[in-house]
Amino acid sequence: MAEIAPARAVRAPLIWRTATVVELVDETAHARTLVLDVPAWPGHVAGQHVDVRLTAEDGYVAERSYSIASAPEEARVALTVERIDDGEVSPYLAGDLVVGDQFEVRGPVGGHFTWRTTDGGPLLLVAGGAGLVPLMAMVRHRAAVGSHVDTRLLVSAREITAVLYREELERLGSARDGLSITYTLTRAVPERWDGFARRVDGPMLEAVGPAASSHPRAFVCGPTPFVEAVADALVELGHAASDVHTERFGPTGG
Amino acid sequence: MPPFSRGFHGRPRRPDVDPSRVPPGQYVVEDFPVLSAGPTPRADLATWSFSIQGAVDACVSWTREELNALPQETLTVDIHCVTKWTKLDTTWTGVSLDTLLEGVSTEAEYVSVWADGGYTTNLPLEDLSDGKAWIVHSFDGEPLERAHGGPARLLVPHLYFWKSAKWVRGLTLTVEDEPGFWEAAGYNNYGDPWREQRYWGD
Repeated sequence: MAEIAPARAVRAPLIWRTATVVELVDETAHARTLVLDVPAWPGHVAGQHVDVRLTAEDGYVAERSYSIASAPEEARVALTVERIDDGEVSPYLAGDLVVGDQFEVRGPVGGHFTWRTTDGGPLLLVAGGAGLVPLMAMVRHRAAVGSHVDTRLLVSAREITAVLYREELERLGSARDGLSITYTLTRAVPERWDGFARRVDGPMLEAVGPAASSHPRAFVCGPTPFVEAVADALVELGHAASDVHTERFGPTGG
Repeated sequence: MPPFSRGFHGRPRRPDVDPSRVPPGQYVVEDFPVLSAGPTPRADLATWSFSIQGAVDACVSWTREELNALPQETLTVDIHCVTKWTKLDTTWTGVSLDTLLEGVSTEAEYVSVWADGGYTTNLPLEDLSDGKAWIVHSFDGEPLERAHGGPARLLVPHLYFWKSAKWVRGLTLTVEDEPGFWEAAGYNNYGDPWREQRYWGD
């Protein structure tokens, strides 16, 4: 982790801003994208997250963190929230919320799990389930600035209908601009499936590439057991631990 | 006045949780989430040691056996992660930093904690003194799992949990305060959960 921190000069306090929901997109049966208008949003780097604060009418407050899905180049901030059925906040955000509703956000937060096209590549992005969200911000950022950085995106999901942003990924992956997307489905595969159909492992990572010898920057995001397994496999394949960036989440409290 | 979130009621308030034990913006979890910035390191216990170095008259170092031979304390504390979860009544066993710092002579007022994997975190030396910090090797009576920082981690429960460095290997005592890994990346230099010091400027 010899990573250099971002410019230290920017030490302005992160203030709570009122976000207004301008669009809601159902991505899968369990996940929804909230497109937000955040006045005076200071901008973000792909991979960062925001804190969300909800205030009930009796003054009760709940805070959670959510990854930003939108590219820094987009005017609006998009969060994709996966609904955790016994969660406290996600069923509200991914269920009850309607366009025009407001809540508070604070951010952007996080200076390690980030990528700018100027950081260079090659890039290896490995997503487990909703772990795709911050990696999608990187893929969108890359497309928004016309980067051709060699980028391999490996998406693991239970089944094809659980893959977030599927149509957009199809489009981005067919642009022949250096982005290649591979899927692995761990529970059910469609007919005539030519992707992988097992949990991510060393041979799969080797097949997806880029080889450890080309020192890709690897970003791995997903549930803890997924991230542990992928990060361990990358280190075993010879990737430097300092090149492997991880972000873990679990259904805790959702 | 913050906007009300129309239709948001939150979870029924838990009668078993004393709200005075939950810092602002935190929620109580029953499981033990894992957070770290990179792969989980594999320590070689044969060569493992814990050291105190830097602005000290003499560096000191302990092997795993030497650490185990020191007085052990078992304590039950609440822990607070900057990512919002709080876990109540966690039980740890290890050696108090007071024991380890006994006989260390220094002018330093700050500490840079370092760990396998390249992680660092900084805090004032006084936050490691007087029964506030431990090097722990057991959680709930079992050896600390690798994912939670095994073979040993720092435990400083009065600060956000990123200060409780996993896979800890040593302390470098410093005269100047040197921001660590997260502290240089937007997170608060001190990290008091009761003052909700999550980020720069909090």
